[in-house]
Amino acid sequence: MTYLYYPGCSLRSTGRAYEESLLTVFRALEIPLKELDDWNCCGATSYVSIDETDAFALAARNLALAEAQSSDGSVQLIAPCSACYLVLSKTERYLEDYPDVNAKINAALDRAGLRYHGKVDVRHPLDVLVNDFGLEKIAKRIKHPLTGLEVACYYGCQTVRPFATYDHPQYPETMDKIVKVLGAEPIDWPLKTRCCGGSLTGTIQEAGLRLNRALLKEAKGRDADLVATCCPLCQHNLECYQPRINRMYDEDIDIPVAYFTQLMGIALGCDERELGMHRLMKKPSLKHIMHPKGASANAW
Amino acid sequence: MPGKQTNGEIRIGFYVCHCGHNIGQTVDVKAVAAYAEKLPHVVVAREYKYMCSDPGQELIGEDVRASKLNRIIVASCSPLLHEHTFRTAVEKAGLNPFFFQMVNIRENVSWVHTDTAAATQKANDLVRAAVHRVAHHVPLEKKHVAIDPAVLVVGGGIAGIHAALTLANAGKKVTLVEREATIGGHMAKFDKTFPTLDCAACILTPKMSQVKNHPNITLWTYSEVASVEGFVGNYTVRVRRKPRYINEELCVGCMECIEKCVYKEGKTSDEFNVGLSKRKPVYIPFPQATPQVVLIDPEVCIEFKSGKCKKTCVEACDRDAIDFKQKETVEEIRVGTIILATGFKTFDARRVPVYGYGKYPNVYTSLEVERLVNASGPTGGELILRDGRRPKTVGIIHCVGSRDKNTNRWCSRTCCMYSLKLAHLLKEHTDAEVYNFYIDIRAAGKTYEEFYDKLLEENIHFIRGRVAEVTDWAVRPSEEGRLVIRAEDTMIGIVRRVPVDMVVLAVGMEPQTDAGDVRRLFNISCSTEGFFLERHPKLAPVDTFTDGIFIAGACQGPKDIPDSVAQAGAAAAQALALIDRGEIELEPNTAYVEAELCSGCKTCLGLCPYHAITRNEELKKAEINEALCKGCGTCVAGCPSGAIHQHLFEDDMIFSELSGLLEPQPADCC
Repeated sequence: MTYLYYPGCSLRSTGRAYEESLLTVFRALEIPLKELDDWNCCGATSYVSIDETDAFALAARNLALAEAQSSDGSVQLIAPCSACYLVLSKTERYLEDYPDVNAKINAALDRAGLRYHGKVDVRHPLDVLVNDFGLEKIAKRIKHPLTGLEVACYYGCQTVRPFATYDHPQYPETMDKIVKVLGAEPIDWPLKTRCCGGSLTGTIQEAGLRLNRALLKEAKGRDADLVATCCPLCQHNLECYQPRINRMYDEDIDIPVAYFTQLMGIALGCDERELGMHRLMKKPSLKHIMHPKGASANAW
Repeated sequence: MPGKQTNGEIRIGFYVCHCGHNIGQTVDVKAVAAYAEKLPHVVVAREYKYMCSDPGQELIGEDVRASKLNRIIVASCSPLLHEHTFRTAVEKAGLNPFFFQMVNIRENVSWVHTDTAAATQKANDLVRAAVHRVAHHVPLEKKHVAIDPAVLVVGGGIAGIHAALTLANAGKKVTLVEREATIGGHMAKFDKTFPTLDCAACILTPKMSQVKNHPNITLWTYSEVASVEGFVGNYTVRVRRKPRYINEELCVGCMECIEKCVYKEGKTSDEFNVGLSKRKPVYIPFPQATPQVVLIDPEVCIEFKSGKCKKTCVEACDRDAIDFKQKETVEEIRVGTIILATGFKTFDARRVPVYGYGKYPNVYTSLEVERLVNASGPTGGELILRDGRRPKTVGIIHCVGSRDKNTNRWCSRTCCMYSLKLAHLLKEHTDAEVYNFYIDIRAAGKTYEEFYDKLLEENIHFIRGRVAEVTDWAVRPSEEGRLVIRAEDTMIGIVRRVPVDMVVLAVGMEPQTDAGDVRRLFNISCSTEGFFLERHPKLAPVDTFTDGIFIAGACQGPKDIPDSVAQAGAAAAQALALIDRGEIELEPNTAYVEAELCSGCKTCLGLCPYHAITRNEELKKAEINEALCKGCGTCVAGCPSGAIHQHLFEDDMIFSELSGLLEPQPADCC
């Protein structure tokens, strides 16, 4: 089965490292991935907040394209960014559950010569890796186990809520399971689905920083070597604002924030550059990841 | 109309019922009566407001006498409701009760249609079918079978104990089978009981010893029902008696063997204290266990594992009661009725991971707290937490695994009250601040609301809102090293963080893990959530759909002690009613074999869901046990030789009913 891949805007901008590591890991695991041709904006955050119908129309165009570009009966569309994942899933559900929404959206699609028949399954990479590919198969391909690395697995809000299709909505564990298979130790961290502030860091920054501070402080307090994320916005928020948080709250937070796919890539023996490690602001060196307690904090 | 005219010329009396507005509103009842009057053999056709009323029934008798009727048809409600009523009326009128046919024009017509013309037409069609059918009816005799007065009670919790004692006191022989090594069930683990705060053991243990000493009760603990065969009044039950490796007749419960066991300290999780303490390989569940007999756990006993134990227990026992070679035995008993009181299990709190049970040591389930505050519990009744501290603040979270569509939708009914009770006991033991986080307080029982009032005066805190999470995430210095409960306080519309030292999860009640197996064993039904299903939710709460099998206590649904005891008494009364009748009447609509046609192929044996068919090896013919046959008709349809027939469902009856139904014009028929 070939998965269709929907990158979305983030994975081509702030989240390039996510795309690079994701594609590299899927290649290493030999999971075929084909980028959706002619994709457009997913319709997330700003659209959804202002006009839901417009957002549905944008998302539905991607769904209709996916359907047209797949030869399989059920179309598996991977959306790695949490915001894309949520809005595509939501559109998919609404078109199925509400005939009036469906009629309106399909009328709009019709003007572009498209139609959506409801065959797309929107999937998150965590779901595909754990439930389709399987942890055991990942384990067999590990070349450099991340022994001793303590990881705070951070899921954010959108991948398991409100549509908890593949994991527990309040206490997800798929990333923890992957991290464990990599040889690292997921720490007990009750904040794994708490808000990262989303776009508040750009609008009401004080509120955004307060939320990020809580996450980072607690990760640090629980001796995490690294925070692993599955969302480009979460990664951005948690990583970029550490100096500002330190200034504002008199903290001393200095912790790398990487995509879970980057950790996977390293454990699978992929090239560091192909995983986009150089794009991280706080670069956990390969040596650090593999020997976490040995390196000093300043070495990054 | 060709018919076996077993009692002369066929003369049919037809009655159609208005059932108030239930039928009359949708079906033109007068038109149905007028239509029936024109059908062949119909001598009398009447409509009446309520046919099931006494005057309605008397109508039948008067007409039978005046018009020499010999077949009766009533078009009214479902046969499930009133077939028996009308058959009795027919019998009273001097006819065989099976010269009767009922037409359901309520559930099958008036309640499911809105168009009067079409509904009336459908009623007419069904009446015509019945007229064709009833002509072929023949007289049948009801069979009677004696009832064995012995009773089996399964489950030795408070419900089983109460049912067994009630029956035994009425002079009936009872066998009480309990899976655990002692009777007492959950109630034996409780500290005090709401709302009176009397100690559970004080009111339970006298009843336990009454069971043990009652001349009419045979108590088999550490035993399970292996198979059930037979039918109401005549069940054969096989009971598997697990080896205790102790001779139950010889052991006096002195517990010297436990004292002298080579294990100086217990190393195995103690089931009775729900894992809060350790026991030795040779143990007794709790001091007042009934029977007062120890047992050996072969999983951990050195003698069983290596055969190289010094066996100090054997030396210590001056009655030679220890027997390492004891084997499981299977005993067979015969009983007439069975009461199932197999109880419940508590919800596994790990299924709500955000409450941290199993992760944070100071998160407890309510059942654990019952043991913790109990004087004979693991800490002697002193409230010492797993980390050795004494709590200064306690949070009780209600509805864990109840009223939640992610886990169980139902209300477990007991948790509000036991949470109030535990709040009182925790306050009494520790003088801690106690917070209850609740959705609604359901204190619907005699003097329950008053108990709630009393708690409010005791300065117990109540926060209305479902708890979001329990974490060790401290954001304030006062939260350091403690558990933080986050919940919405819906009374004042804010989110609260309450730091506590101890969290109590008020876990809900669920069906036993193996309720499905037990259900199949006794051939009864379960409701969707898995509790045993009663025959009627209001009017037959302890009966099941299998005659002679009754249910009591929490196996039927969440229940507190008073309700369990009430239901156990009701189940015992129902069993007694059956026993004291002495015999049961069997419906004659059973299948029978026409021996000349039977080729002895055994096809029917596997088809019968009730194991009612055997093959007579001498005659090489199938034989049907009428007492076991439920008249489902499977064998009748399945017999390749057409050798099996069924009373009341003979071919000529069914075919004439069909031809009557399909016949287009009443004038043409027959």
